[in-house]
Amino acid sequence: MIHIECLLGLSAIMMFAGIYGFLTRRSTLAILLSIELMLNAADINFAVFNRMLFPEGHEGYFFALFTIAIAAAESAIAIAIMINIYRQLSHLGVDKLTKLKF
Amino acid sequence: MESFEIMFIVLTAIIALGSIATVFTKSVVRAVAYLLLVLLGTAGLYFLMGYTFLGSVQTMVYAGGVIVLFVFAVLLTSAKEDKLSENTLIKNIGAAVISLVGLGIFGTLICLHGFTAEALTSPDETIMPMTAIGKHMLSTGHSGYLLPFEAVSVLLLACIVGGLVIARKR
Repeated sequence: MIHIECLLGLSAIMMFAGIYGFLTRRSTLAILLSIELMLNAADINFAVFNRMLFPEGHEGYFFALFTIAIAAAESAIAIAIMINIYRQLSHLGVDKLTKLKF
Repeated sequence: MESFEIMFIVLTAIIALGSIATVFTKSVVRAVAYLLLVLLGTAGLYFLMGYTFLGSVQTMVYAGGVIVLFVFAVLLTSAKEDKLSENTLIKNIGAAVISLVGLGIFGTLICLHGFTAEALTSPDETIMPMTAIGKHMLSTGHSGYLLPFEAVSVLLLACIVGGLVIARKR
């Protein structure tokens, strides 16, 4: 028996793994990986709520679709920014990126 | 126990262990590989729920596109060693406590809420057929998503231009 609690608990584990990584990682690339984990957990929740609670509806389904598209665009821009940072400062650690500080 | 329940247990193990391994491994390349595992497991979960189109999009866009982008970024920036060990122990423990407390609160809330949902049955593709997806996606009526669809296409165009402008050599 697959209950809705199992699916929501699974996405909660993924979400808090992402939060732990977001808080502890030092490289901006690894932080972006954690953000992808959190976005993915939110996607699962949209799909699960749609499928289990409102099977005749379709809102969560399309929310998940558009979230995937926006997450892809977001990570593309973020990686472009990181490559530019690396080209100018030759490292990606968040504790060393102080050029914008005054 | 039926076959789709066994599949759910396998997917749960892959997703949970993969997402924990993603944030604990020392090497960024390995973290990307574990993230690929998590994303493919999520696609499997969508297939299990009968959302085949969503699962295919997840596989193509995330597992196919974003992961390749990440691998290229890791190789270009040679950020092979993520300095996880530079954190003090207090910081790591604090982050772990925050995550575990949050997970506990989420878990209790999910269990105590008492959802009235029925248990998931075997995968049923008729629950969201392709024709319905196409009609919803391109309709301007009550349940149509034409405007967000076009907005996403403009967003992707802006993303291509922005990525080129930011990452080009000056």
